Amino acid sequence: MTTINQYSGQAVNHHILSVLVQNRPGVLARVSSLFARRGYNIFSLAVAPAEDPGMSRITIVVDLESAPLEQITKQLFKLIDVIKISELDPRRSVERELLIATVKAPPEQRSEVQSVVDIFEGKIIAVAEEVLTVSLEGHPDKLDDFEELLDGYGIVELQRTGRVALPKLDRGARLRSIANSATTSGKAG
Amino acid sequence: MCFFGLVPGCSNTFRNHFSPTLSTRTSTRKPAKARPMADQADHVQSQTPDRITGAQALIRALEMEGVETMFGYPGGCILPAYDPLLDSSIRHVLVRHEQGAGHMAEGYAHVSGKPGVAMVTSGPAATNLVTPLMDAYMDSVPMVAITGQVATNAIGSDAFQECDTVGITRSCTKHNELVMTSQDLPMAVRQAFHIATTGRPGPTLIDVPKDVLVNEMDWYWPTDEEVLASLPGYRPNVKGHPRMIKEAAKLILSSERPVIYAGGGILKARAAEALARLVELTGIHVVTTLMARGVFPDDHELNLGMPGMHGNATAVTAMQKSDLLVALGSRFDDRITGKVDAFAEEAKIIHVDIDPAEQGKVRRPDVPIVGDARQVIEEIIIEIEKLLETGTVQADTSAWKSKVSGWQEQFPMMYEPSEPGQALKPQFCIEQLRDLAPERTILTSGVGQHQMYASQYWKFNEPYTWVNSGGLGTMGFSIPAAIGAKAAFPDATVWAIDGDGCFQMTAQELVTATLEKLPIKVALLNNRYLGMVRQWQEMFYDERYSSVFLDSAEVPDFVMMAESMGCVGIRVESPEEVGPAIEKANSINDRPVVVEFRTEASEGVFPMVPAGASNDDLILHPSQQDRKDQLK
Ligand SMILES: Cc1ncc(C[n+]2csc(CCOP(=O)(O)OP(=O)(O)O)c2C)c(N)n1
Repeated sequence: MTTINQYSGQAVNHHILSVLVQNRPGVLARVSSLFARRGYNIFSLAVAPAEDPGMSRITIVVDLESAPLEQITKQLFKLIDVIKISELDPRRSVERELLIATVKAPPEQRSEVQSVVDIFEGKIIAVAEEVLTVSLEGHPDKLDDFEELLDGYGIVELQRTGRVALPKLDRGARLRSIANSATTSGKAG
Repeated sequence: MCFFGLVPGCSNTFRNHFSPTLSTRTSTRKPAKARPMADQADHVQSQTPDRITGAQALIRALEMEGVETMFGYPGGCILPAYDPLLDSSIRHVLVRHEQGAGHMAEGYAHVSGKPGVAMVTSGPAATNLVTPLMDAYMDSVPMVAITGQVATNAIGSDAFQECDTVGITRSCTKHNELVMTSQDLPMAVRQAFHIATTGRPGPTLIDVPKDVLVNEMDWYWPTDEEVLASLPGYRPNVKGHPRMIKEAAKLILSSERPVIYAGGGILKARAAEALARLVELTGIHVVTTLMARGVFPDDHELNLGMPGMHGNATAVTAMQKSDLLVALGSRFDDRITGKVDAFAEEAKIIHVDIDPAEQGKVRRPDVPIVGDARQVIEEIIIEIEKLLETGTVQADTSAWKSKVSGWQEQFPMMYEPSEPGQALKPQFCIEQLRDLAPERTILTSGVGQHQMYASQYWKFNEPYTWVNSGGLGTMGFSIPAAIGAKAAFPDATVWAIDGDGCFQMTAQELVTATLEKLPIKVALLNNRYLGMVRQWQEMFYDERYSSVFLDSAEVPDFVMMAESMGCVGIRVESPEEVGPAIEKANSINDRPVVVEFRTEASEGVFPMVPAGASNDDLILHPSQQDRKDQLK
C-alpha cells in the first residue's frame, strides 16, 4: 500500500502508531525492547505524558518494510502497560516535529541563512559571530527540506524530536483503534 | 530519559513526578481492616497485627494466593523473606541451583495447572533464573518468580550482587515489576499471579529490594476489582467471535481431508475433554504436538501421534496433504511446519488461540478465532450439532481415512532391535519403561534424542503426564521438572528421561530430591555422546564429529554419582537386564533412583525433516525410505 503525502506529494512508506500507555517506570524500555527483540525497525519515536497525566502517548513511526504492521501492533498490545494502539493514516493526520540546529553563518552568509529561515517560517533562537541557532516546527517532510538546505551552509549541531501526530478533525476522524477489530478484540495474555 | 525508568537507579523524585499512577495508587490504598484475614484463608494466622514487614506481607500474600509449595534459594537481599517462611504453611524446597528452582516451578505448574513459584536472591541468583523464565515463556507455563534486589537507595550504584533483573528478564517474562515500596507488595503479588495464570499463561517476576522487605506496611489484600482496575491494559479475551465459530463449524463439516492440529494450549486451557468430544462428533484425525502429547489418548484410533521434525510419517504427511487444519492452541512452530512456504499448501486454516498475536504470525488463517480453547471448542461443537440437526451433511471423508490408515500400516515407527551382546537400543528402553509403568506415570524429559524417543515410543493416554521443554529446548530440564511434578503429586510415579549430556547439567538437584523426600526416577540413556548433535554432524557435516563425544562410559561413574547423592544407582548393559532393572526402580519409593542404560551411540532419530526443509522431504527410517513414494 502506497499513499501520497499531503505536504510533499511524496510516497509514504511509513506507518504512524499512536500508543497510549500507562505512565509508569520502565514503559518506554518495554516498548523499545520489544521492537529490538522482534527485529522491527523504529524510524522515530516521541513520548511524553498525554491528556490524562496517568498516561503517556508514544508516537512510533515504523518502516513499512520492517515487519507486518499487524504483528507489530499485536505484539505491542500484549504489553500489560499498553492501553490502546491506533494507527494513523498519514493522509488523515497532522504530523509535527521540531528541529533545532546550529548553522554556520559567517557575516558574508548570514543574510542568506536568515532568508532561508524566513522562507520556512522558522525562528532564529540565538546568534553568535560565526553561527546561528535556528528552530523550525512543522511537518517532518518540511523539516527534511529545511535540513537539506541548511546543510549547504554547514550544520554544526542538529537535534530533531521525532514526529508526534494526531488525527485530523475532518470526517469525524478520530484515532482508529486497531485493537477492536474482530480478530484482535480483547487482550492477549 | 530517566523518567521512564530506563535507568534503574532513577531517583524517587523522578519516579513520583512522572508516574502519578504508581504514587496515587499507593496513597489511595486502605488497610483491609474490615476484612479479617481469618475469614479469607484458614491457614493464615489470625490475630496478626495490621502493621507487618514487607517480608511478612510477601509471604502472607503468597499464602493468600494459595501457594502450597515453592522452590528457592536464599541469599543476602532476599534473606528477610526467608524469615517469615519459618512460620508459614508454605513448603519451601531448598534447591541446589536457582535454575533448578525455576524448572521445578515449571514442572509443578505443568502437571498441576497451578502457578509454580520460585524465590531467589538478587544478582547471580536472578541471572540463574533466566533460563527457566525463558523456558516458561516459550511454553506458556504459569510461573511467578520472586527475586531479591539491593536496597532502593543502592539501586543503580553497582552495589554488591546488584543486577538489573527487570531489564534482563523483560523479554523472557509476560510481565515483570520492580516493587519500590512495602505498601505495594500485596498488589504486586496479586497482579503477578493474575497475569501469570490468565489469558495465555506465562512467567511473571517481581523484584523486591531488601528495604522493601524490611520496612513496615499496613496489611491489606486488594480485591479482584482493585486488581483489575490496576491493570487497565490487560483484558484477555476468552470468548471466541460467534461469526468465526459458525464459519469454523461449516468448514469442518465441508472438508474432505481435515486434521485437528492439537497443541499445548489445549492443556493450558484444560480443554482435553472438549477436544475428545469434538473428535467423537466429527470423526476427524488428531495430531498431538510435542507440547500436547497426552491431550488426546494415543490408543485412540483417530490419534495419529506427533507431527513435526521427528514426527511419525503419517502425522507429518496427513497435515501436509490435508484440506483443513483445525489448529487448536498450537502456534505453527517451525519444528512443525518445516519450510513454511511448502507447509500444507492445500489446507485451509482454522486457528484457535488465546493470543491474538499468534493469528497470522506464521500462516494466515482462513478462520481466526481468538479465545480460550475450551470455550471455543465447546462453542464449535454446539454449532456443528446445530448444523447437523438442520440437515447439513458432513462431507465424505472415507477416501481420506483409508489413505491415512494405509500410511499408518506402511510406515509404523520403526527401529532395529538390539543384537545380543551389543549396546541397548534407546527405543527399546523407552518401550520397556512404558510397558512396566504404573498407571498415570508422569514422564519428564531433557532435550535431545532421548526426548524424541520418549515422545515417539511412550503411549500417552492421559493429559498432564508429559512434561518437557518444547519451545526453548532446554537441556537439564528433566530432573528439576520431575522434582517439581513429584512435589505437586507426591503419590505419582515420576520418571525423568535424560541424556548423559543433559544429566550433567542439573543432576545435582538429585540431592534436593533425596533430602526433600521427592523420590523421582531417572532413566539415563547414556550413549556417551551429545546424541542429537552427533546425529546432525553425521547427516549434515560428513560425519565430522566435533566436540560431541562426552566419553561418559567411565567418567563420571553415574551409578556412584547417583549413590553419592543419596539415590539408588543401577547400571544396565544388556537387553535382558532392562525389564528387571525398571521393575526394581519402580518398587523403590523411599529415595530417588537413577537407572543408567548404556545405549547404542550410533542410533539416530527417525523419521526426520531436516531443519528448513519441506515436510514433503521427510527422511524415513532406512528400512522404509525406498517406499517413500507411497506417502502421496
Ligand atoms: C542448554 C542447552 N545447550 C545446548 C543445547 C543444544 N543441544 C540440543 S540436543 C543436545 C545434545 C543432548 O545430548 P544428551 O543430553 O546426551 O542427549 P541425547 O541427544 O544423546 O539423547 C545439545 C547439545 C541445548 N538444547 N540446550
